[in-house]
Amino acid sequence: MTGTGETLLSVRGVETYYGKIVALRGVDVDVHRGEIVTMIGANGAGKSTLMMTICGNPQARTGQIVYDGQDITAMPTHEIMHLGIAQSPEGRRIFPRMTVMENLQMGAALVDPKHFENDLKKVFELFPRLKERIGQRGGTLSGGEQQMLAIGRALMSRPKLLLLDEPSLGLAPLIVKQIFDAIRELNKNEGLTVFLVEQNAFHALRLAHRGYVMVNGNITMSGTGAELLKREEVRAAYLEGGRH
Amino acid sequence: MEYFVQQLINGLTLGSIYGLIAIGYTMVYGIIGMINFAHGDIFMIGAFISLAVFLILTSVLGFAFLPVVLLIVLIVSMLFTSAWGWTVERLAYRPLRGSFRLAPLITAIGMSIVLQNFVQITQGARVKPLPPQIQGGVTLMQGSTEQGTILVQLSYMQMIIILTTLILMTGFTLLITRTSLGRAQRACEQDRKMAALLGVNVDRTISLTFVMGAALAAVAGLMFLLLYGVIDFYIGFLAGVKAFTAAVLGGIGSLPGAMLGGLLIGLIEVFWSGYFTVEYKDVAAFSILAIVLIFLPSGLLGQPEVEKV
Repeated sequence: MTGTGETLLSVRGVETYYGKIVALRGVDVDVHRGEIVTMIGANGAGKSTLMMTICGNPQARTGQIVYDGQDITAMPTHEIMHLGIAQSPEGRRIFPRMTVMENLQMGAALVDPKHFENDLKKVFELFPRLKERIGQRGGTLSGGEQQMLAIGRALMSRPKLLLLDEPSLGLAPLIVKQIFDAIRELNKNEGLTVFLVEQNAFHALRLAHRGYVMVNGNITMSGTGAELLKREEVRAAYLEGGRH
Repeated sequence: MEYFVQQLINGLTLGSIYGLIAIGYTMVYGIIGMINFAHGDIFMIGAFISLAVFLILTSVLGFAFLPVVLLIVLIVSMLFTSAWGWTVERLAYRPLRGSFRLAPLITAIGMSIVLQNFVQITQGARVKPLPPQIQGGVTLMQGSTEQGTILVQLSYMQMIIILTTLILMTGFTLLITRTSLGRAQRACEQDRKMAALLGVNVDRTISLTFVMGAALAAVAGLMFLLLYGVIDFYIGFLAGVKAFTAAVLGGIGSLPGAMLGGLLIGLIEVFWSGYFTVEYKDVAAFSILAIVLIFLPSGLLGQPEVEKV
């Protein structure tokens, strides 16, 4: 499934600061319904800042973020999350002293409880490992399991837009493949819209319909995943030697 | 033996009161990493509100049936004291969220002084007595020593205090561990940023934590009033320091720790007074705290600071 063309998320001229330090310098991004869009870039380029700015923490100083026809630029984080955006954030941020089950319940906090059993089943089908770990504390899981839990937790909120921040970070190639397969499946079968931030450019661009390249708080390139994969600059900066 | 059992009962009673106050310290610390030094004074205000409501009900409105009166006093006092707790957080702590760590701590000390002085000015500095309301009890054991017979008594007052505490703590533990509200509360405790990303209103959850702590402190205030029969504007200080000690002893941030710590501090104080000397009971309580912290820096049931990330 490639997008229907209808814009779900539009980021226009967004600038974000941490105190006096500028992190995003006028970023424009569009995500259409049903698409997988990726943002690649080096460490510190501002990718995670963009993810968090979409969620209102920190808020954009200038520019506009429109989601599903609604201006969310100045909305508090918890209200934005009520609109059907879910994020699996940088560093996974699993609640360490809660069990896997409780972490998933936290994900479903805003959802009608009648969906819970069914959604839980779906998450376990996607990541069977989580089912085995159900009563274990989040802090004791391995990195890969935590990543699965972070995505599972985000899915429990029945999002229309899923934001994934570096789901491959620090994981073994086999697990990365599992996770990327799961994302592809969700997009294909459920039509879930995904905005994915990655350093692992090769995998991300192969998975995504479209991609952006971020350098130092600016978008420097954009195009379809296949196009970007062929671009010399992209290959030189993000792929050579990094392919696995 | 009889003497020991009697001291045990007395210690548990005192420990119950400390435990109820300690929960407020530990929960606030857990969620925003701050020691709310004004919490002892919230307890004091709870005691004053209890007294005021009691007097209004009995003297002004002429209610006479004690159990109903006490129940109304309990509920009204919990409500009003909660409002105080909420207001303190809203006025003094929330505006400072995100500023440097010591700012809310200093404000808390200031708030404590403000509350004490407010009560001192509006209610007067003299102690407020309340004649014993619940008298009598049951004799559990009887024994004889060289000095004569010795009775082990469990007064109705002690029974009420221990039972109420038990019920409240059970209910409260269930609230925190089983309900979605408690889950959101724990989520904020472990990772506020992530909790917000899951749609939890963090500010409201923090307010709620203050409200719950204040409600339990109000219960402790009413119990203190009924048990000792005198209150003044200064009772919050020592009780607060003791309850804070209890929270640290049990492991600050840990709910069962606060309950356990409260009971232990109560028992230590009473046994020390019973077997050694009353003058040094506070020294004993604080010494035990110091010793425990040397060997278990995070308290008896506390979480070590380091987490696997």
